[in-house]
Amino acid sequence: MIWKTIKVNFHRLGSPPTFYRLAQVLSPWLWGGFVLCAAIGLYQALYVVPPDYQQSDSFRILYIHVPSAWQAMAGYVVMAILAVIALVWRIRTVEIMAMAGAPIGAAFTFICLATGSLWGRPMWGTWWAWDARLTSMLVLLFIYLGIMGLYAAFEDRRKGARVACILILVGVVNIPIIHFSVEWWTTLHQGATIRLFSGESTMHESMMPPLVWMTIAVKLMFGAALLDRARNDLLDQDRRKGWVQARLGEAA
Amino acid sequence: MSPMLETRQASFARSGESVFAPVDLTLAAGEALIVLGPNGCGKTTLLRMLAGILRPWEGEVVRHCQPAFLGHLPAFKGDLSCRENLAFQRRFHGGEGLDENRALARVGLAGLGLRPARTLSAGQKRRLGLAGLLVAPRSLWLLDEPYASLDDAGCELVDQLLTEHLAGGGAVALSAHQRKPMIEIDLARLELTPPGGAA
Amino acid sequence: MIVRSMSALIARDLRLAVRHGGESLMPLIFLFSVIILIPLGVGPGPNLLAAIAPGMIWVAALLASLLALENLFRPDLEDGTLEQWWIGFCPAGALVVARLFSHWLITAVPVIVFAPLAAQMLYLPAEALGVLVLSLLLGTPILSLVGGLAAALTLGTNRGSILLSILVFPLVVPVLIFATGAVSAAADDLSARAHLGMLGALLILAITLVPLATSAALRLNIE
Repeated sequence: MIWKTIKVNFHRLGSPPTFYRLAQVLSPWLWGGFVLCAAIGLYQALYVVPPDYQQSDSFRILYIHVPSAWQAMAGYVVMAILAVIALVWRIRTVEIMAMAGAPIGAAFTFICLATGSLWGRPMWGTWWAWDARLTSMLVLLFIYLGIMGLYAAFEDRRKGARVACILILVGVVNIPIIHFSVEWWTTLHQGATIRLFSGESTMHESMMPPLVWMTIAVKLMFGAALLDRARNDLLDQDRRKGWVQARLGEAA
Repeated sequence: MSPMLETRQASFARSGESVFAPVDLTLAAGEALIVLGPNGCGKTTLLRMLAGILRPWEGEVVRHCQPAFLGHLPAFKGDLSCRENLAFQRRFHGGEGLDENRALARVGLAGLGLRPARTLSAGQKRRLGLAGLLVAPRSLWLLDEPYASLDDAGCELVDQLLTEHLAGGGAVALSAHQRKPMIEIDLARLELTPPGGAA
Repeated sequence: MIVRSMSALIARDLRLAVRHGGESLMPLIFLFSVIILIPLGVGPGPNLLAAIAPGMIWVAALLASLLALENLFRPDLEDGTLEQWWIGFCPAGALVVARLFSHWLITAVPVIVFAPLAAQMLYLPAEALGVLVLSLLLGTPILSLVGGLAAALTLGTNRGSILLSILVFPLVVPVLIFATGAVSAAADDLSARAHLGMLGALLILAITLVPLATSAALRLNIE
């Protein structure tokens, strides 16, 4: 009984016009929240937190780097959950949302790698180190790119989304294995290893609040971008359907 | 009589669009069904769904026995001889039907057993497909355009095989375009309609 | 019944491979062309070559395994034999295993047999040869399974091959790490058992999970 109600509500939410309207309402709030949290976080990160006694000001890039890294992984989890729902209940809007997550996740992965590299230059004296985390992130970037490429390679976008959802789920099993194997690999080749964080626990308390703000900001931005991308994709796919025509008529 | 195949409001969607209006049908032993409709109305899709190759997007398809499906594509390996292809079918689908040479003779391909399947003409390939139904017998046949590319004698052969199959307690669903089966058993007719009427 | 369908498929694939002749030896020839290019690229110094030999042989084997993937399911899709997989008694996942087994026999076994020769050309210490063969025996089936999955995912697209290698690369990272780790350990006179154990675990995991995903992907692609 409850199961049935949940399913019916799910399908109602999954109907494109309903989803479109919901996303349209939610997205400005998420963007607003993002701007607010990011403003507070960046202000604190750049002006309030004192310079580090070892790294001086260069450590401040952490406030972009760490939230991006977390979001790159959390984004994948979100996509995986959406992929399960999409494959089991075959709800089209969920398929579209899962696919919309890939470019955003890839972007965060790229930001994480780029900021890590910028940070590494003054800290380690090199742009790139075969550190376990960096290497795992690089592999994650390729998984994201594979999902995007697979989705784009199909003419039938619905089919492409469903096939790419299988790949997302394969990645869920594989990413922990990849991460574990890469860690194993770096411990074996110890000469080249540089630990990115010699110990997170040593982080001073005053450094924490901006990190929290930035993490929330990035999460809100992910949600907002996800909804906007899904909305656009939906509009594009349904451009010849009645509800889009009606909507466009309304706007004009 | 117990049905071999049932569908309940079964439909299939491609790119999120339904191909045809939901179908309700039952097929029992000795019954034959012909699927009709203009080009592109989803006859092939329906037969593939009945065979279990496609999963119904909505509704359900219940098969009470293993079907045999003969589609547009030959489903043969061109580099293997006719006899090797049939031997594979027999083992793969697990059946004890006619032996390969007798099946080939039955469909008018006697003496071509050692020819690679790719050297056959279009009509001969269709006949080889029919031979596949004989080496690995199944009680439910799903035939997509079985008369396509066949000459008059070939079409008569299909009719004969259908009559024998139905008399032996089998069931058939087939699609046909120009030539309809000329057999003594009544054919149930299914007209496929586009989904949702006008939409 | 299931075993009968699987063995029928394997027997037919092997027969076809014999008919097609040298096609199945392409990965082996490719392996040797890579192995020959390495000394030409990095110089013939035995110490350097011996140090990089485990990684190079494995990278070459991995690239070689990519070669034959394009034809894993595509001919069957085009001639209509693939859709018959969903009609018989036999679950499609089992047929995927059968197909990959024959594919592995045809393309990977020659590579495994001749890998010690390639290893000698790169001066890999003789003590490591046994572990190299063992790592290939455990690792190449995983490459076939993962490659088969990628081939199934890209089956419905018309630019499969480049996409296929992008999909395979992240998925085979663990195989490469543990396999080369095993060979390097053996070359340094250390025990390779931990690495080989990990490879075996990966193989078991892959055999249980990958065929399910592969058959799901195939089915979506024949729709």
